[in-house]
Amino acid sequence: MRKSIVTAALGLGLALAASAGFAATGGPHAAWMDWQPGNEISNTTSLQRGAANFMGYCAGCHSLKYNRYSRVATDLKIPEAQMEVLLLLPGSKKGDYIISPLSKADGEAWFGKAPPDLSLITRSKGSDYVFQFMKTFYADPKSTNGTNNLALPGTAMPHVLSALQGVQEAKFTTVETIVDGNKATEQRWESFELPTPGLLSPEEYDAFLRDTVNFLEYAGEPAKAKREALGVWVILFLLMFTGFAYLLKQEFWKDVK
Amino acid sequence: MAASTDTGNDTAAKSGFRAWLNKRLPVDEFVESQLTGYYAPKNFNLWYFFGALALVVFVIQILSGIFLTMHYKPSELLAFDSVEYIMREVEWGWLIRYMHSTGASFFFIVVYAHMFRAMMYGSYRAPRELLWILGMLLYLALMAEAFMGYVLPWGNMSYWGAQVIVNLFGTIPVIGPAIVEWIRGDYGIADSTLNRFFALHVIAVPFAIAFLILLHLVALRQTGSNNPDGIEIKAKLGANGKPVDGIPFHPYYTVKDTVGLGVFLIFFCGVIFFVPTFGGLFLEKPNFEPANELSTPEHIAPVWYFTAFYAMLRAVPDQQMGALLMLLAIVVLFFLPWLDRSPVKSIRYKGILSKIALGLFVVSFVVLSYLGLQPADGLYVILARIFTAIYFAYFILMPWYTSIEKCEPAPERVSFHA
Repeated sequence: MRKSIVTAALGLGLALAASAGFAATGGPHAAWMDWQPGNEISNTTSLQRGAANFMGYCAGCHSLKYNRYSRVATDLKIPEAQMEVLLLLPGSKKGDYIISPLSKADGEAWFGKAPPDLSLITRSKGSDYVFQFMKTFYADPKSTNGTNNLALPGTAMPHVLSALQGVQEAKFTTVETIVDGNKATEQRWESFELPTPGLLSPEEYDAFLRDTVNFLEYAGEPAKAKREALGVWVILFLLMFTGFAYLLKQEFWKDVK
Repeated sequence: MAASTDTGNDTAAKSGFRAWLNKRLPVDEFVESQLTGYYAPKNFNLWYFFGALALVVFVIQILSGIFLTMHYKPSELLAFDSVEYIMREVEWGWLIRYMHSTGASFFFIVVYAHMFRAMMYGSYRAPRELLWILGMLLYLALMAEAFMGYVLPWGNMSYWGAQVIVNLFGTIPVIGPAIVEWIRGDYGIADSTLNRFFALHVIAVPFAIAFLILLHLVALRQTGSNNPDGIEIKAKLGANGKPVDGIPFHPYYTVKDTVGLGVFLIFFCGVIFFVPTFGGLFLEKPNFEPANELSTPEHIAPVWYFTAFYAMLRAVPDQQMGALLMLLAIVVLFFLPWLDRSPVKSIRYKGILSKIALGLFVVSFVVLSYLGLQPADGLYVILARIFTAIYFAYFILMPWYTSIEKCEPAPERVSFHA
């Protein structure tokens, strides 16, 4: 009985943990949904490259309104002189938050929707989502800016990195499905082709995105690397503490019969 | 006093001071009656760690909460930003915030384990009915505390969660809509709602919880602890007038609880330092977007510790009946002491029916908790109905199955192996 109760309790914990892993994705599962950037939050050189990528390609439209330049430089070990040359947007000071020069009104006028702030994008959508989003732009003549996206269909964002990636073409197959008892057809993504390659090879493009997404994950929680590094010592201390507490308990309980 | 420690003659000064102090404040008497002279059964198993741990989590929540309130801004415009400010710009703010958010989930883990222990070993039975009821009131206060705390970061799930839960009060006949407006202080979830939830979360409810904890402990001291065998150790007294199967709470259980505390902290800090969002279960992804009345999250679900009741709410097509059922699911727990008719308290000596019933109850609670996190359609709704029925059957059928089953006789003395 005792054992079965412990097992039940463990099962409860596992069931709860497992249910966290379930992601609500409508529609059939496609291969691109498994693409992962493989972030390493403690890889400072990757974060430095990512910061440069972000400031060069994203910060024109997207802000990181909760991140300061100086804090980014400190955390990423970027020398101050280099930061001012490489990272600061025109008119910004090192203590400022990273605010894009694009105003909300201009953003709405130009794209139909103001580009969102990205400081928490990896926390609200996940790093994988950002990686998949940046990898699944494809040419679509029906779209106003010429491209569309698998991760966010109908996105207002043009393919900003098309010079680096090139413009992919998506192959779809038409599948017959049944929706609410009626026959319907559905376009299912099969694969991408790259008729016009960009400046980077596909491998280099993935590495470019990995650094950038890694940086965005840092931006979402600047203390993350420190948290994990410190955590190891905290757990080691607690293991030792618990070990000694156990020995003390054994000593005291010797005379309980 | 400062001079006396300087003399180096510590023991003499201490006894002098102790005598002085005890004349004015009964410190030694308190320690004697509550710790060194309070006899607890010697056969406590691992389930008996959770009461002390609940107190530990309460203290963690109060302490981390105090530091959070120093930087948090209870305003519709500033709340979300101030939480990010704590996470990024306040020294060790991220640690304090994660302690508090992880503490909320661990509070429920510990309290659920504590309640399950009471159900297993019949700790709610006479003479401990009031102890159980005080505990249930604590559970209710904890739910209110957790719900209002969840609204404070003013993320999108905070906002929509508040919307759903506050609207439940709207299902009360006649006065419902007026009550909802009274709770919110506005025609929608708004700045005034956030502000008053802050006040209740940091002052009113914590005070109520602290007072209920005190009553819970006083009631426990009055009846003495139950134990895994479900027998009264006070029935067998030794020559010294103390229970033969009892041992002084201090040092035996203080030192044992220290081991439990260590193990608990390993899990607690493991989550804080390595998986603070626990895969979106402790801190949900949509809550990293600010509250937005124009954008509803894909599907609204409360945090895991409420999802069993949420699944029951959604299992019923009629919202009013659903809310009533949800309320009943909690109210029925108050009646446990009178539903259980078994001649023995502990599950160890109860019959097979009670064992199966308790097992099914645990399964139904876990499955309902899982279902509450899923979208409410198709098979999920049918499953929710089945397991809601099982949940209630545990209570409704209890007077029957506890009185007809064949129980083993409870032993005279507790079972204990050194």
